[in-house]
Amino acid sequence: MSAEKSAFQKLTVSGSPHIHGPESVSKIMWGVVIALLPALTVSIYYFGRPAVRTIIVSTAACVACEWLIQRFMLKKPVTVQDGSAVITGLLLAFNLPATLPWWMTVLGAMAAIGLAKMAYGGLGNNPFNPALVGRVFLLISFPVAMTTWPRPQPMADLERQAVEISAAAGSTATDALTGPTPLGLIKEGLQQGMTIDESIKHLGLTPWEMLTGQHAGSLGEVSVLAILLGGLFLLWRRIITWHIPAAFLGSAFVFAAILHAADPQAFLPPGFSLLSGGIMLGAFFMATDMVTSPMTPWGKIIFGLGCGVLTILIRNFGAYPEGVSFAILIMNAFVPLINRGFKPKRYGC
Amino acid sequence: MKTFHKGGVHPNDNKLNADAPAQVLTYNGPFCIMVSQHLGAPSRPIVQKGDQVKRGQPLTENTAFPGSVVHAPVSGTVQNVTEAPDTGNFARPAIFIQPEGDEKEDFISDDPTLEREISLSPQEIIERIKDMGIVGLGGACFPTHVKLSVPKDGKAEYLLINGVECEPYLIDDYRLMLDKPDEILVGIRILMKALSVDKAIVGIEANKPKAIALLRQKAADCDGITVEALRMKYPQGAEKQLVKALTGREVPSGKLPIHTGCVIQNVGTCFAVYEAVQKHKPLTERLVTVTGPCVESPRNFWVKIGTPVSALVEACGGRPENTGKVIAGGPMMGKALPHLDLPVTKGLSALLLLPEEQAHRRTAEHCIRCGKCVEACPMGLEPYLLHAAVRNKRMDLCERHHITDCIECGCCQYTCPSFRPLLDTLRLGKSKVNQIIRNRNTPTR
Repeated sequence: MSAEKSAFQKLTVSGSPHIHGPESVSKIMWGVVIALLPALTVSIYYFGRPAVRTIIVSTAACVACEWLIQRFMLKKPVTVQDGSAVITGLLLAFNLPATLPWWMTVLGAMAAIGLAKMAYGGLGNNPFNPALVGRVFLLISFPVAMTTWPRPQPMADLERQAVEISAAAGSTATDALTGPTPLGLIKEGLQQGMTIDESIKHLGLTPWEMLTGQHAGSLGEVSVLAILLGGLFLLWRRIITWHIPAAFLGSAFVFAAILHAADPQAFLPPGFSLLSGGIMLGAFFMATDMVTSPMTPWGKIIFGLGCGVLTILIRNFGAYPEGVSFAILIMNAFVPLINRGFKPKRYGC
Repeated sequence: MKTFHKGGVHPNDNKLNADAPAQVLTYNGPFCIMVSQHLGAPSRPIVQKGDQVKRGQPLTENTAFPGSVVHAPVSGTVQNVTEAPDTGNFARPAIFIQPEGDEKEDFISDDPTLEREISLSPQEIIERIKDMGIVGLGGACFPTHVKLSVPKDGKAEYLLINGVECEPYLIDDYRLMLDKPDEILVGIRILMKALSVDKAIVGIEANKPKAIALLRQKAADCDGITVEALRMKYPQGAEKQLVKALTGREVPSGKLPIHTGCVIQNVGTCFAVYEAVQKHKPLTERLVTVTGPCVESPRNFWVKIGTPVSALVEACGGRPENTGKVIAGGPMMGKALPHLDLPVTKGLSALLLLPEEQAHRRTAEHCIRCGKCVEACPMGLEPYLLHAAVRNKRMDLCERHHITDCIECGCCQYTCPSFRPLLDTLRLGKSKVNQIIRNRNTPTR
């Protein structure tokens, strides 16, 4: 009886292959989220409740924005569960000062998801990294708020301080609670006629403090060690390959070394260049974004080289103290060209 | 350990019950022999309804190139010469035979003793292989004698023997290497003589250490035959990848392995060649793996060509209740069967039964441009780009990006995290581009 029944059961017919590998989009996306956890933990340790608030607001705003657009504007199936909006939200938060007013964070999230991602057709179609578009949008719109960095104070209640910061805005009292980033300080010093050596001395940070991120900066970028840990996880999980981070950091180091050798008092030393600012976060998490980076190994190397050189150029010659965001966004624009120029080597050629 | 270097994937090999001995499948019902079981020009039946046939008697003829013939697997009466569904459920010419008695053609030797001495000349060997209907048993079914007739612009240096069996689940080649190593080695020597080459390399993946050790030990007495263990990677059993892995050479785009001095034969084919040349036996039976996660006891069967596929499944305890898909061949390149009322053909290496929960694809999502398909493609193509080009009907782009080089191994689709049907579209585009190229090269009147 059972044999008879099963004989009538329909068989599925489809083209080969009939099995699939273990990877899926949501596994990749949640893998990135896991890789962000070390830096996330450190940022909460340093910046306390404002960091928690910014992270939650940014992530929630990104997810909500994507959901609203898909549900009500595009009237298409909602795909927020794939985790990509969560990553954009986290990365955007990582690129903001922890004490940024919440409504600015929401605006940044709207720019990231609405302008940079959904307007182009959603996941996979955006030419520019959404989180960086959100950050640059905020940087241009609110330059003061975006460059008012809280000093890291382990486990301190920064919420109260944040209120004081906004109350004391403009007055000298702010300096006790906020401070410039190392890069910002050096840029300022150079403008005031100080040499690099004097500025770094004035900064007074040990390499260990630089590695662990005990200085002012964006929420998630300060701790080099935490980011490296996440980056290693990404490499181990094969979510990213070594090409972009290696080319990015390598070229930045070499280019900075050349400039520094040419004039040690006008240009940042290479080691300092790698430990400061958002270059680590950029090299491991922002530039490696699959959607906005090239397809082939050589393409990725060229992309990373461009990012590294542009970062150092902007830092040393540009108006902004930090250039990672702009460097990556500029190189994003070159990705279609790089994909055309750097084809994989074909078998039998 | 050697392997090919570009692309490839590592699916779980799932060689279930690989050490179970091969069994002979007993089946007494009517046999259905497809008239054309090879890649190339179709054959013509030469028997009629009511004819008495002996075992080993040719049933078809083929004077075209490249052509091959089929033989009666049993003695009996021709019930009908009509049509039967092939694996794609298209009706194809077929000959039905009702078995009766046990008469065989006089030239066939059923003596099982090993015959080492090769008495035929190269030309006679090729002629014999053609007459005995030997085709590539790896699955492509390309007539073997055609591969042995080296074209003018090529020169054979190496005979490469494919014992890779890189498809998950498949164990028929492995079983054959363990059961018939001497016959396979004589078969290799026959092929070497036919090609007049003095070097043969047997490539076996490292997940079959017993087969490697056994063949190495036996091959020690044979001049010019070496056994190479290969690092596991799919699609190592594909001709071009095997050439690369074993010799380091690459077959130029649009050319054949012979243009790099290599001729490739499957171990199953070597055994069939031995039987044809030394025992004068036509190819009327082969080893078939019946396996799958829901099959109670996966194993190998010696099956006569023309046996219905359902008889094989019955011999394994019947079709499990939750079977969702039955695949002829491996899970990476095999064909899903529409039903089980189909005959065994020369190219059937395995029946893979997948349970209902593994029978369906996941819904395709957006391409996230991760580049994993580019990384996985063993031919160095850009599947994501070709996929988009086919969907936008840009066949010119497809041609410019070498869609015709695609070997349809399925690595791109296997690896795609968005579950996109890359190979479906690439296959479509490839056949369209081939059509366009053919039309262009045909002078219009």
